[in-house]
Amino acid sequence: MSEKGTSVVVVGGGVTGLSAAWWLARSGVAVTVVEKGIVGFEASGRNGGGCTHYQSPLFHEEQRLWPQMDELLGYPTEYRRGRIIFQVDPRKERFHEGLSLRLPDGYDWEVLSPDDVRDLVPLAGDNVVSGVRFHFGGHANPQRTAQAYAWAAQDLGATILQHTAVTGIATAGGRVTGIETATGTIGCDALVIAAGPQTGKLLAMLGIDLPMAPARAEMIVTEPLAMMPFTGVDGHGLYGRQTLRGNLAYGGGPHEWLDDVALDAAPPKPSGSVTRNLARRVAELLPKAAHARVIRSWAGVVENTPDGRPVIERLSSPGNVTVATMSSVGFGLSPASGHAIRDLVVDGRCSFADLSKLSLARFDGLRADWREHLNWLPPEPAEARVEASGGRAGTA
Amino acid sequence: MTDVTLPPPDRFSIAGKPAAIDEHVEILVVGAGAAGCAAAIEAANAGASVMLVDENPVSAGLVGMDVPLYYGGRATHAVQTPERLVEKLLEGNPALAEAFEAGVDVKLSTSVWGAWVKGPGLAGLASGLAGLADETRSWFVGFDRLVLATGARDLNFTFAGSDQPGVMGAQAFHALLDRYDAFAGRRLVIVGSGDLALGTAERALARGLDVAALVELRDAPQGSAEAVAALEARGAAFLTGHVPLRAKGGAEGVEALVVCGSGDGDSRREIACDTVVMAVGTVPVIELCDVLGLAREMAPARGGHVPVAAADGATSLGEVFVAGDCAGLGSDAAASGRRAGQAALASLGKSTAGAGVVPDGAAADRPAAMNGLDYQLDFARAMLGTGGADVLACICEDVTRGDLLGVRPPRYLDWRSNALARRDLTTIAADGPVNPDQMKRLTRVCMGACQARRCREQVALMMALGAGVAPETVPLAGYRAPVRPLPLSVIADWQESPEMDAGWNVWFGIATQWIGYEDIGTTREAEQLRAGMPY
Repeated sequence: MSEKGTSVVVVGGGVTGLSAAWWLARSGVAVTVVEKGIVGFEASGRNGGGCTHYQSPLFHEEQRLWPQMDELLGYPTEYRRGRIIFQVDPRKERFHEGLSLRLPDGYDWEVLSPDDVRDLVPLAGDNVVSGVRFHFGGHANPQRTAQAYAWAAQDLGATILQHTAVTGIATAGGRVTGIETATGTIGCDALVIAAGPQTGKLLAMLGIDLPMAPARAEMIVTEPLAMMPFTGVDGHGLYGRQTLRGNLAYGGGPHEWLDDVALDAAPPKPSGSVTRNLARRVAELLPKAAHARVIRSWAGVVENTPDGRPVIERLSSPGNVTVATMSSVGFGLSPASGHAIRDLVVDGRCSFADLSKLSLARFDGLRADWREHLNWLPPEPAEARVEASGGRAGTA
Repeated sequence: MTDVTLPPPDRFSIAGKPAAIDEHVEILVVGAGAAGCAAAIEAANAGASVMLVDENPVSAGLVGMDVPLYYGGRATHAVQTPERLVEKLLEGNPALAEAFEAGVDVKLSTSVWGAWVKGPGLAGLASGLAGLADETRSWFVGFDRLVLATGARDLNFTFAGSDQPGVMGAQAFHALLDRYDAFAGRRLVIVGSGDLALGTAERALARGLDVAALVELRDAPQGSAEAVAALEARGAAFLTGHVPLRAKGGAEGVEALVVCGSGDGDSRREIACDTVVMAVGTVPVIELCDVLGLAREMAPARGGHVPVAAADGATSLGEVFVAGDCAGLGSDAAASGRRAGQAALASLGKSTAGAGVVPDGAAADRPAAMNGLDYQLDFARAMLGTGGADVLACICEDVTRGDLLGVRPPRYLDWRSNALARRDLTTIAADGPVNPDQMKRLTRVCMGACQARRCREQVALMMALGAGVAPETVPLAGYRAPVRPLPLSVIADWQESPEMDAGWNVWFGIATQWIGYEDIGTTREAEQLRAGMPY
C-alpha cells in the first residue's frame, strides 16, 4: 500500500473534474485526478459541445472564459463563438418570445427572418419559419477539450491516474484522509467528487445522500459536408453543430433512464434507439443536407438530480469534501465549474457567483419514491408495433 | 435555503415509444454466403419463419465508397445495372435458390445497419430489433433469434499513392471478377503470398488477366508449396523480401507499383500494372457483433477480434448466433451455418427437420494455424520503415502515419504549440494502455465516411509499433450503428409515431432545469414553469 502525500484528490476524469484539477494546479495545488477509465470517455466526450447556458449562475464566467480557453490551456478546444437557433415547425414561429424571458441582460442577440436564416445557413431550406442569432455562447469539441484539460493540468504538475477505480473513502476525525483504490490508498487533504453518474454512489460511501438518476442519450454524425459560414446551428428539437471537419453532429429526443451504473466499469451505452428520428429531424432542419450519409451514432450516460440542477458545494461535514454534479449540463460550463470548485476547495467560497441555491440541502425531505413520482424509470419491455409502412416498394 | 421544486413527471423518455416494425420473424439471418444460406435453409426446413438479408449487390454509389469491400475504383460500368448483378449473384450461389424454395424470405441489396436486443440501456425491447435499409428507405424488423453470417472483408495497408483508383482488396477483386464479372483491370500486382494471395493469382490467371508479380515481405512465399509451384509454372513471379513503396499513376489511376526491399527503402523496382490487389489477409466482419455488445476475444489465428462463441455459434447473448468467417476465419462455412441454424432452432424449442448434428469439420479443415497478426505486424513495420511517416494511415480523414504516431490534431485546425509538440503516442502510452478510440478523437483517424473499413487494422498495428506494445493488446476501435453509411433521407423515419412527436424534447425536458438561477424560488420561476419550455 502506498501513501502518497497529495494535497487534493479529484475523483472523476470528466470535464468538470479535469477543469477543477487544472484550476487547482494553476493555483499551485498538488492535485491527483483518479479516473476509472480514460479521461473524457464518458458523457464529457459524448455531447453536443454547446457553450451557451444562460440559466446557470456560472453563465457569465462561462462566457468570459471560453474565448480564452485555447490560449489558457495550450491545446485546441475548437471553440467558436455564436449560435443560431431556428425552427421549421410553424407551431414554433414565435419561440423567440419565450426565449426573451430567459436571456440575461447584457448579451447581444437578434431575431432572424427566414431569409436571414437562409443567408447564414446555406443548408437550410424553404421551410424555415423563424430564427434567432446569439452573438455570445458557442460550441467546442468535447473530446478535444476534455483531453486539453487533462494535458494542461499535467503540464502544471497534476497527476492523472487513468484506469483507476475508487473502492472506498478513508476518513478520520470527521475528515476525509484519502481514497482507496485497487492499487492502494491515496492520501489527501481535500477531496473533490465530480464523477458524473457515479457521484451519488461515492457520496454514499460517506453516508451522504445525493439523489440522482442516470440516463442514456444519443447523437448521430454525418459524413463531412462543405463548411457553412457559421457552424453553431441547431433548432427543431435538436442540439448540435457542424464540426470544424464539416460533419453534422446532432442529438435530441427520448432518453432512457437506467437503474444503476457501476463504480468500476464503463456503463453500457448502446445507440440506435432514436437514430432514425434524429436523422429525420436533421433532414428537416437542413434539407439541403438530406443526401448526407450518417456514418455513426453514439450514446452517453448522464445523471440528473430531481430538479435537473447542479449540486456544487463544499460540504460542511466532512468539511474537506467538495462535490459537483452538473446534472446533465456540464460540458459548456466546465471552464467555470472548475473555477468554482477551485475556489470552494481553496477559499471555501466561490469568488464570482452565488451558488447557494445549488446546495445539496434542498433535497432534504425529498420523497423516497421521487424517481417513481417523476416517472424517471427504465422502460418496461414492450412488443414493437407491426406497422408496414406505406412508402415501401414491393410490399406484399 | 430554497426548497426543491420538482418538475412534472417525465413524458420525454423512451418509455411508451416502442419502435414500429414492418414485420417480425422467428429467425433473421444476416449474410447470404455459404454460412448464412445454410443456416437459413436449416431453419426454414424446420418450419421457422426465416428472413435472409444480404447487402449484395450493393449500389454503384457504395462500390465507389469501398462499401463493404475495398473495390478501389476498379469496377466496370456493369455495377450500374443492378438487375444484371442480381442475376449473376443468383447464378453464382445455388444455395440462394434452395433458400427461396425452402420458403426463406430472401432480401438482396438490403443492408442490416444495426441490431439490438434487450439489455442494459435497452430495457424496453421485448424482442430483437434489426435496422434494415435499401437504396430508398430504412425499416425495422423484429426477430426472436439472429444468426450473423457476415463473412470477412479486406485487410488493407496503405502506401504512397494508394489513395488512387487501382488499389483494392482481394475480396473485392474476387467479388468483381467472379461474382459480378465487373472487374476493370488487366494487369495485377498482388501483395502477399499466403493462400489468399495465391488464390487471387489463380483466379486472375484463369480469367486471362496478367499477374505481373506477387510481392511478399518475407523471404519465401507463405502459401502452399504446390500452389506456388503451379503458379510459377504459369509464369507468375514471386518477389520475396519486398513491400510496396509507392503507386505511380495517371488519370485512370495506378500505372505502376514501385516496390522496395523489406528493410531497405532504397532498393527499388518498378512493376507496370493497372491494379494492386492487397491480399495480406482478411478480417472477420464483426460490426453488428460489436453494436449488439457481444463478448469478444482477440484470436490472432482466427483473424483478430472475434465474438466469443461456442461450437454451435452460441454467443454471450442468448438471442444471437454467429457462423462462418465472422465467427473466426477458417471454419467450414456451410457446416458452421447449419450448426448455428440448428442451435437457433433448438433455443426456440424447435427441432431440426433434417439429419442430426453436423460434425465439426472445421478444426481439421482449418489451415495450419498461422499467427496472422504477427505477419500483419511485420508488414506494418516494414512499410512504416520504408515508406515513412508521410504516408496516409487514414485516407478519408487525411491522417498520416506521422500524425497518428505524433497524436497531432487534424490539419484543418492549423494548431501548433510547444505543449502539443511534447505529446505523442509514447506519452499517451505512459498515461495508460493505448486505445484506438482515443486516437480517433484526437487525430480523426478512422473517423471517415468509409467507417474505417480501409484503415482500422493498420491503425491498430501502427499504434502497437508506436507505443511498443503487442498488437494483441490494442483494443478494437468501436463500431457504431449505422454500420453502413446511409443518407439522412434514407435512414430517417418518415412514418414516426404520434407518441414520438409529442414526446420529443431537445434534451430531457426537465422544466426546472432551465429556469434562470436568479428566478429560482421567486414568482418568476412559477410563471416560467407555467409557460413551459421556450423551445
